Amino acid sequence: MTTLQSIPIQYYLVFCSLLFSIGVVGVLIKRNALVILMSIELMINSINLLLAAFSAYTNDPAGQIFVFFIMVVAAAEVAIGLAIVVLIYRTTHTIDINVLNKLRW
Amino acid sequence: MLIMRHELLLIAITVILLIVEIFLPNTQKHKIILPAILLMAAVTVIGFFPGTPGVLFGGMFQSTQLTMMFKNILNIGVLIVFIQSVDWLKQDQNKEKISEFFLLMLATLIGMNYMISSGDFLMFYIGLELATIPVAALAAFERLKEKSAEAGVKLIFSSALSSGILLYGLSMIYGTTGTMYFADVAPLITGVPLQVLAFIFFFAGMAFKISLVPFHLWTADVYEGAPVNVTSYLSVISKGAAVFIFTIILYTVFSKIAVMWSDLIYVVTILTITVGNLFALRQQNLKRFLAFSSIAQAGFILLGVIGQSQLGMTTVIYFVLVYIFSNLGAFGVVGIISNRTGKENINDYDGLYRTNPNLSLVMMLALFSLAGIPPLAGFFGKFFLFTAAAKQGYYILVLIALINTIISLYYYLLVIKAMLLNNSDHPIAKIRSDNYTRLGLLICVAGMVIIGFTSSIYEMVFNLSFGLY
Repeated sequence: MTTLQSIPIQYYLVFCSLLFSIGVVGVLIKRNALVILMSIELMINSINLLLAAFSAYTNDPAGQIFVFFIMVVAAAEVAIGLAIVVLIYRTTHTIDINVLNKLRW
Repeated sequence: MLIMRHELLLIAITVILLIVEIFLPNTQKHKIILPAILLMAAVTVIGFFPGTPGVLFGGMFQSTQLTMMFKNILNIGVLIVFIQSVDWLKQDQNKEKISEFFLLMLATLIGMNYMISSGDFLMFYIGLELATIPVAALAAFERLKEKSAEAGVKLIFSSALSSGILLYGLSMIYGTTGTMYFADVAPLITGVPLQVLAFIFFFAGMAFKISLVPFHLWTADVYEGAPVNVTSYLSVISKGAAVFIFTIILYTVFSKIAVMWSDLIYVVTILTITVGNLFALRQQNLKRFLAFSSIAQAGFILLGVIGQSQLGMTTVIYFVLVYIFSNLGAFGVVGIISNRTGKENINDYDGLYRTNPNLSLVMMLALFSLAGIPPLAGFFGKFFLFTAAAKQGYYILVLIALINTIISLYYYLLVIKAMLLNNSDHPIAKIRSDNYTRLGLLICVAGMVIIGFTSSIYEMVFNLSFGLY
């Protein structure tokens, strides 16, 4: 039993679920585009932690390799997201997503 | 032949176009259009040569006759989108960005091909993201228009949120089974609470991508704001690929808890068809109208998914094939009219038949096919879906779907009435479409009519789907 496994897996599950929920709530209620991107990042990091924990408990490296790929993809996602947010900023001079009301119903 | 043929060919032409792009000066970008379309056509044709099924990367990539068939369908769809976009790409505002359009589209297509062929959740996730992220850049393609940028933001935020939710589900599946491979996970799915939770998260993530109710709220906004050709790509190709892999994963990985997801899909199907149709009734903007109609069509596709059988798989693929031609036909007409005149409302189409008889005939056929009027392919697509659901004993579900078909007929006919019967003092002036547009619309019409009359296509898909349920 390694040091990591001496902490019960339930602790990781609860902790990651909390982090994930904070991220989801942040995406849903925050109005600032940058904060939304940060909240998405928080969600993804909680998933990474969960995957790494599961990987350590099952003694299977696949989960940790998955984490690397998730990091790369998350970086790409944020890069495109930021580029489009800059686009919005140039035309409206704000990154409050409430200005995004040209399209509705 | 090579197992990864489709993907390697697409990567090859992407690299070729990338190199050609470097040597073209900014004023000469339009010269890339013809090579791009010809290369894509060549890849589409080569894809039809018989290939060998096989497994690569220790099972992460699996190619079967069925996936090859579906990749061919996607190739045809992307080729039509390419041909239809030429008119729009030649506008002044897009002249310097022509090659980016093709490169981003090809990148998403490669992502979809890997996603379809995945035999492992890692490959599935990477393919899914590669298919999603460039589409956000495409949605914001007309970057000086506020609407387009807004569509891009809405698409990237909602897709990032949904893939986060999906990943959370995947991580729990990994935690309970200790593996990522579909084949190894399947026998270990026993329906313990954590796995059910994981499935719900996975389902929610995929429902975002397929835009099922109640995860559809981004759809109409993005479809309206994005350029028409990107919208048609989103509504047909992205959705078709996502539905296909969703069905495969439900049938192979989650087949042991089919009782649970059947109930879930039952409810979601009814909601999706009904809400999609009811909201389509009150739309004035044609892009928004087609967005809600495509939500309703996604609900119809679920009718095939719910009956876990060879018939179900076949009907899903057949419907996607039919849907590609019908929806691209409708979007092609909306696209050319929007590009030339900037008019996108149903009222603007009053008296279109007087000035543009050919365009209105194509639109009429496409809408009839979407509604499911007999000689056209759309009728058979819907008919087989209903059969598949009825064979599993979901009679009430089929009844509700039939009632919804009648509602949908009403709003499709509203557009046709505007074009053919309504008079207008200022109808849309005669549009002289270029040869690319004509070719694109011709392929769509040919597809709708020919697939309706040839039953052999259905039988071919049926034989290929054997053993995947």
